[in-house]
Amino acid sequence: MDILGLSAVELGKKIKAKEISVTDATKAVLAQTASVEPHINSYVTIDEKGALAQAEEIQKKIDNGELVGPLAGVPAAVKDNMCIKGQLTTCGSKILSNFKPTYTAEAVLNLQKAGAVLIGKTNMDEFAMGSTTETSYYGPTMNPHNMRHVPGGSSGGSCAAVAAQECYYSLGSDTGGSIRQPSSFCGVVGMKPTYGTVSRYGLVAYGSSLDQIGPVTKNVTDCAAVLQTIASYDSKDSTSVKREDYDFMRALTEDVRGLRIGIPKDYFTEGLDREVADAIYAAAKVLKEQGAVVETFDLSLVQYAIPAYYVIASAEASSNLERFDGVKYGYRTAEYEGLHNMYKKTRSEGFGAEVKRRIMLGSFVLSSGYYDAYYLKALRTKALIKAAFDKAFESYDIILAPAAPTTAPELGKSLSDPMKMYLSDIYTVSVNLAGLPGISIPVGRAKNGLPIGMQMIGNSFQEKTLLRAAYTYECATGGCYEQPAHIPAADLAGKEA
Amino acid sequence: MANKISDETIDYVGILAKLELSAKEKEDAKADMEKMLDYIDTLNELDTSGIEPMSHVFPVNNVFREDVVTNGNQMKDTLANAPQRSGDSFKVPKTIG
Amino acid sequence: MAKQYETVIGLEVHIELATKTKIFCGCSTEFGGAPNTHTCPVCTGMPGSLPVLNKQVVDYALAIGLATNCQITQVCKFDRKNYFYPDNPQNYQISQLYLPIARNGWVEIETNGGKKKVRIHEMHMEEDAGKLVHDEWDDTSLVDYNRSGVPLVEIVSEPDMRSAEEVIAYLEKLRMIVQYLGASDCKLQEGSMRADVNLSVREVGSDTFGTRTEMKNLNSFKAITHAIEGERERQIELLEEGKAVVQETRRWDDNKEHSYAMRSKEDAKDYRYFPEPDLVPIVISDEWITRIKSQQPEFRTEKLERYKREFDIPEYDAGLLTESKKMADLFEATTAICKKPKKVSNWLMVETMRLLKDNNMEPEDLRFSPENLAKLIDMADAGTINSSVAKEVFEQIFLNDTDPLVYVEEHGLKTVNDEGALKETLEKVIAANPQAVADYRGGKEKALGALVGQTMKAMKGKANPGMVNEMLKEMLKD
Repeated sequence: MDILGLSAVELGKKIKAKEISVTDATKAVLAQTASVEPHINSYVTIDEKGALAQAEEIQKKIDNGELVGPLAGVPAAVKDNMCIKGQLTTCGSKILSNFKPTYTAEAVLNLQKAGAVLIGKTNMDEFAMGSTTETSYYGPTMNPHNMRHVPGGSSGGSCAAVAAQECYYSLGSDTGGSIRQPSSFCGVVGMKPTYGTVSRYGLVAYGSSLDQIGPVTKNVTDCAAVLQTIASYDSKDSTSVKREDYDFMRALTEDVRGLRIGIPKDYFTEGLDREVADAIYAAAKVLKEQGAVVETFDLSLVQYAIPAYYVIASAEASSNLERFDGVKYGYRTAEYEGLHNMYKKTRSEGFGAEVKRRIMLGSFVLSSGYYDAYYLKALRTKALIKAAFDKAFESYDIILAPAAPTTAPELGKSLSDPMKMYLSDIYTVSVNLAGLPGISIPVGRAKNGLPIGMQMIGNSFQEKTLLRAAYTYECATGGCYEQPAHIPAADLAGKEA
Repeated sequence: MANKISDETIDYVGILAKLELSAKEKEDAKADMEKMLDYIDTLNELDTSGIEPMSHVFPVNNVFREDVVTNGNQMKDTLANAPQRSGDSFKVPKTIG
Repeated sequence: MAKQYETVIGLEVHIELATKTKIFCGCSTEFGGAPNTHTCPVCTGMPGSLPVLNKQVVDYALAIGLATNCQITQVCKFDRKNYFYPDNPQNYQISQLYLPIARNGWVEIETNGGKKKVRIHEMHMEEDAGKLVHDEWDDTSLVDYNRSGVPLVEIVSEPDMRSAEEVIAYLEKLRMIVQYLGASDCKLQEGSMRADVNLSVREVGSDTFGTRTEMKNLNSFKAITHAIEGERERQIELLEEGKAVVQETRRWDDNKEHSYAMRSKEDAKDYRYFPEPDLVPIVISDEWITRIKSQQPEFRTEKLERYKREFDIPEYDAGLLTESKKMADLFEATTAICKKPKKVSNWLMVETMRLLKDNNMEPEDLRFSPENLAKLIDMADAGTINSSVAKEVFEQIFLNDTDPLVYVEEHGLKTVNDEGALKETLEKVIAANPQAVADYRGGKEKALGALVGQTMKAMKGKANPGMVNEMLKEMLKD
């Protein structure tokens, strides 16, 4: 049986039916990581011993009926900016190279309660600042579909790990597209839920008003199952929202009849790859054939989302990252003279170039004399962008868009021109500014063999609409996830079973 | 309108952000910031007069906790990652003097 | 003729609120405790931790705002104030700048110069910092986050004060209001009330302000008074020499009784305030305000009037008793038990005040129960103990909240009312003091006092002096 080829929910069923043991599934995944990690580098930390211990524990709980959920016993991975008690949590940074949190993030606790076997912590752009997973202190992650290309970012490790079958699903975080864009580059399903749906408690903050944890999965069913598991109201997160229902798997119906889908004309302009545009139009056609009403419209303000985003995200980041100072945890420089020198050396040695760039920008836009001109201006722009979405959702249930203007770029081609890298976030950042849910699903491949993702954006709290449309598309096209062809074949224990 | 970032500004922001940049990093930071600010200045094309700055997207208000002690002694956890400690306190270079 | 200068003073007063837990987490605010024992991920700035606001903090802040005649900001928010310092674990303090909870208030103060309003510019809620202990030998500082996240309100006055006397009157007024509200114990020594003094001088008659300095680390009224006087002189001296006052923060050294500038090029004083994204706005409804108003206690002026009316005690006594909420509460509770307001008032005003002073304590430190004081008063009244014994017993009540009945019994301090025993002693005293007896019988009334004294001495103070008097007179009749 091809254990690794199963989806998370499929594996969960087989575990429940005692066709596969949790330990076997875990071993298969660990064998896969051993085989592909030298090529992909999805993980910062692989907790082999811990995973096997969890597997045994969870198997017992499944056997005695304590664990009955769809994800019980399924191996998963968590982005390295979510705290797990006693486990290295680096955020892809040198400054946290020795940090072991003393508590576990709420979203991860929810996974643990559902019986997830946590394999390890996935690689990411340092403090989630980047779109390629190249800014990690622990080396870049490679795209499993073509190892000369990046997996996208910042949740590149989470997406590559799922694509390369190094886990069945993973958690990512999305501040400006950090789940949707790498999901699109890696050919997997990734969702950023409505702001406040998943607790941020234990997620190391980048842009607090924008950050949201979400699932990265092989298919839409898994996406609904993981979202259902991690979403919860958390009294420890003041921005947590009490949802009316958390039963996201019930949205998995094959029906988009009458669903109104709007395609913003202003997204399909120069800068967007022809192949990407074509793939999305083709996908829209599929939905239309299933009964959806598809139209184009003017969303407006599209070009202002990125500058507004970079002001807000950098400002919040500059403040959020002040706590990394060599006093309470993490790296402290070896030699220093006095307090301020200790601060400066610790932070200058501990942070990478992209993080420093954003801290500098964020500190500047908040500094005396500039706050109104930059920060408040960005918050006002955010209000306008939100209003533009509100208006669009009066006419449409879903806004259909690319997740990124191109397929995954080659390694080493993006960081040299940060400005260009920032511009590639054009389809994703406005969703974070407006707090909306967005999902990216694979809709084919470009001629170079790299996956293309389509983004669907819903109104606040309308994840179910997104899941329904994505599920309908998936059923109509016969599934989207494809195993990468280029990774050297692993000698899999699971394949022999 | 092209933004110009002076050496003084970079030094000043470095003090605020507690970052010590090398000469090359400073030059890069200047160029980066000028470029970014030029780009950010495109926001000025938008008329935002009369628009309330939006910090929270949702009108969620009044999230409180009750005044009840829920935490016990977590001193060991608090100090578990301390780069330097003395007894049960964090140790830092002298702050006054 | 020498120029005349006027001192212009504004105050920033920090008050620690009397909540059980910190402002953003469930850690105890209890004072003391071994370093870092009252800490958690939130109040030590652990990555990923998030703040959740303690509702009691808002209730207290509202109560103080309303009691100081402020306008309440019905949609208020928290902001981050960014600065690096090790006592500030996140390197930003969660505070309020743009929409503080209260604004535009005032309190009335009274000094020798008469009554005057001091305006309050604004009041906001914020978190306290941790504690730094400096190791002089090791050139290091030690950080304890037990105080980190303890709730504070900061009350910022307008520059309306002109002398140290007005400043002290203002602080005492604020302290009394806050103590009456039960919102803080306001102890300067323990740091639960702290004042930063903004001071400038200008020529009398000038309508523009001079350059001001800010003085920190003032831990007592005495330090505040000395710091104000010293700073006024320092600034005038500078101006007289034709030099400029530099706008700066100065730290008061209590031992040297001198302030010095806190200068650092690393201190940019640019706090980059922005709205705290981890907390949501606080919307304060009219109903909420009404509820807080309805819970406001009777303040001093009303209380003072009521005491005069209800208990028929002199204005002076009522004034002293109501100076502190604790004292007034003790007075009322004790009076409710023993129904002797004048006597209760005397014990509080004389013996209690004396012992407070002797023990270097404030009324808020009083720990004895009204029951025990009431018992003592009843015992003294009934003649069970005499007045000197009563004072001795009261000291025990003051220090240890001792039950006077038990104490008197255990130490055999009861007044001897047994006529037989007394008569025996009196006979001996009369026999031993023929001269005094003769003097008394010869018309010298004063001589009786000597005999009473001798008797009390012989009875080791336990005799009832009234009874001794009566019986002596009786026995010396013939």
